Amino acid sequence: MTATDSIRYPAGGAEAPPAGSRPARGRRASRRAENRRKWYEIIGLTTPAIAIYVMFVLVPMGFAVYYSLFRWRGVGPPTDFVGFDNYVVAFQDPIFLDALRNNAIIVVGSLVIQGPIALAVALLLNRPFRGRTVFRLLVFVPYVLAEVTVGIMWKLLLTDGGTVDALLRAVGLGSLVRAWLADLDIVIWTLLAVLTWKYVGFAIILLLAGLANVPQELNEAAAIDGASWWQIQRHITLPLLGPTIRIWMFLSMIGSLQVFDVIWVTSVASVRSLGASATMATYMVDNGFFARLWGYGNAVAVILFVISFVAALLFQRFLLRRDIEGAITRRVN
Amino acid sequence: MAMKRRAGTILALLTTSALLATGCSGGEEESSNDGELFTKPVTLTWWHNASQDGPGKAYWEKVAKDFSALHPTVTIEIEAIETNQLQRTRLPAALLTSDPPDIFQAWGGGEIREQVEAGYLKDITDQVQAEVASIGKAAEIWAVNGRQYGLPYRMGIEGIWYNKDLFAKAGITSPPTTFDELNEAVAKLKAINVIPIALGAGDKWPAAHWWYNFALRACSVDTLRKASTEAVFDDPCFVKAGQDLKAFIDTQPFQPNFIATPGQNDPTSANGLLANGKAAMELMGDWNRGTLDTVAEDKEALSKFIGWFPVPAITGSAGDPKAALGGGDGFACAKNAPPECVEFLKYIVSPEVQKGYAETGTGLPVVKEAASGVADPALKAILEATADATYIQLWLDTAFGSTVGNAMNDAIVSIFAGNGKPEDVVEAMKAAARK
Repeated sequence: MTATDSIRYPAGGAEAPPAGSRPARGRRASRRAENRRKWYEIIGLTTPAIAIYVMFVLVPMGFAVYYSLFRWRGVGPPTDFVGFDNYVVAFQDPIFLDALRNNAIIVVGSLVIQGPIALAVALLLNRPFRGRTVFRLLVFVPYVLAEVTVGIMWKLLLTDGGTVDALLRAVGLGSLVRAWLADLDIVIWTLLAVLTWKYVGFAIILLLAGLANVPQELNEAAAIDGASWWQIQRHITLPLLGPTIRIWMFLSMIGSLQVFDVIWVTSVASVRSLGASATMATYMVDNGFFARLWGYGNAVAVILFVISFVAALLFQRFLLRRDIEGAITRRVN
Repeated sequence: MAMKRRAGTILALLTTSALLATGCSGGEEESSNDGELFTKPVTLTWWHNASQDGPGKAYWEKVAKDFSALHPTVTIEIEAIETNQLQRTRLPAALLTSDPPDIFQAWGGGEIREQVEAGYLKDITDQVQAEVASIGKAAEIWAVNGRQYGLPYRMGIEGIWYNKDLFAKAGITSPPTTFDELNEAVAKLKAINVIPIALGAGDKWPAAHWWYNFALRACSVDTLRKASTEAVFDDPCFVKAGQDLKAFIDTQPFQPNFIATPGQNDPTSANGLLANGKAAMELMGDWNRGTLDTVAEDKEALSKFIGWFPVPAITGSAGDPKAALGGGDGFACAKNAPPECVEFLKYIVSPEVQKGYAETGTGLPVVKEAASGVADPALKAILEATADATYIQLWLDTAFGSTVGNAMNDAIVSIFAGNGKPEDVVEAMKAAARK
């Protein structure tokens, strides 16, 4: 609309526009109305979700950062501002450094141990054989069990002279018996084994779903060309499974950084406080609630968040880029 | 059609505003109750830690019902919450809000001091003078600067629970009264192949309590008082406690891998070892009679062989040999709780309610008139020893508050694990006091 137009036909003016311009203006108006409606819809439909996200994710995160700057024991409002002291204290505490090391062991250990096992089992379970459904169900059972149940179960199995020890002795491996949960050098590896047992089923199910998406035609074509089973897996299945494997690695890494419940239940307070089995999350609860250092606990929470966030970003930037292109980044044409 | 819809809207509006109006008036009624007692209806919310089904939980339900029957204007809403949940998260969070529970579990010592300083608790000094007089010196644990903020309903000292049958089998004729005799007993018990002392170091505090007792024997009462109220730990007796502990651990009196053994509540715990005849002794508080029962395979046998004796003295030490470590459970009222709260608190520690509590066998009562409710011989022995004690020191971690207490316990566990030094405990306590 030109300037003269708008003077001659002010919006909502009493004077009717000439017949010729009516269709154009009507179309524009309806497009504007449609546009407005679209925005109302967007605002109306996303507001509840955004409000909940802001209220229960962003606001608490903001509070955590705020509280972490105080020396605060959770009695009365925080008043003793100490800046970044809590963060300095955390990185000087040998137990926190132990927790960091343990988290690193769990992150790397989970990837290195669960990955190959899950892949092998998934490839095996992907071949048709009698009772396949039962096996698929069985490998998934530990993942479905509640973490606390798993923790208590393994705590009882691994106790001194418990089932695990008895089994080892029964098969003549008595010399391998250790103080699984009491030996400060061994406990983290015991916990890694429990975590592996618990979460490998998840990796297997993910990979099986990925395998279901590998087109059968490709395998057939390769077979006709004379490729062996191994060659098919190596050159067709694995590359096509790439996105699934990378997503699993991502989930496993984030889960390992934040692992809490299985460790908390399986390993006792004394062993955690000595650093042998502490993770960042258990350290946070032990210090935040049990030592009643709420400000300090919040600082540990923020550190845990930043580490997880940075790890997630780096992983997405370098490994997941192809898989999530266009989903959260601008599509590159 | 249009009329009908409008009528519906108006009706809905009317009902909503009516609801709002009643809602408001309900709130006013509750908060404006400052005058006469038991004239207006009030609801007391009560948070306690008897969360497991059993005689303790059932008894509190009965107490609340009886009080409501006595005073029909009072309704009591109970929430039973597991101790750690209650003490570490639920209660601190609720106290930060404007609507905390009216009456709730209070452990006394350093924690109640912090709560009073933050202005959370009702000063009940003037209303409970008679009750404090009947409870005696134990009530001091729930007082801050001479003002009373809560009352205990359970109180007892700790000592060593032991298996009389195993003692007889090992040829130990009478319970040890000095640490030298205790060491001899340990040797004799090893000779008949039983675990001399069960230790639940996994939970940290059962291990820490050994250090507390060495500190109680090494330090004078004045030093302990000063440590509790001023957080001063400079006296060398605290290092001596660690050295004595280390020497004691070196005699290997505990079961193997004690560092990861849980304290109570499951068959693999230290409690389980004692209750099922695998270990001969355990250092534990008065509540142990009930917790041993829950893990015993044969309760009948347990009740026959279980005995109790006070923590032995150390010959030639500075501490008072008749001093004992103890602690208890109590309740406090929130600052803005209705005055009926204090009346309920007084009711809980009245002799008849205390006697009923003693009969549940879950702990020792605090008023003397209720002593007749205690039937178990081991519990009777504790009651006598408590009356005999010249000084009762509250559990050090409770007395020092969670922050210093937790750091102290961690450092003590480190000694048990073999990599901590006696000096570290004091260092850790001082560092935590600054945190």
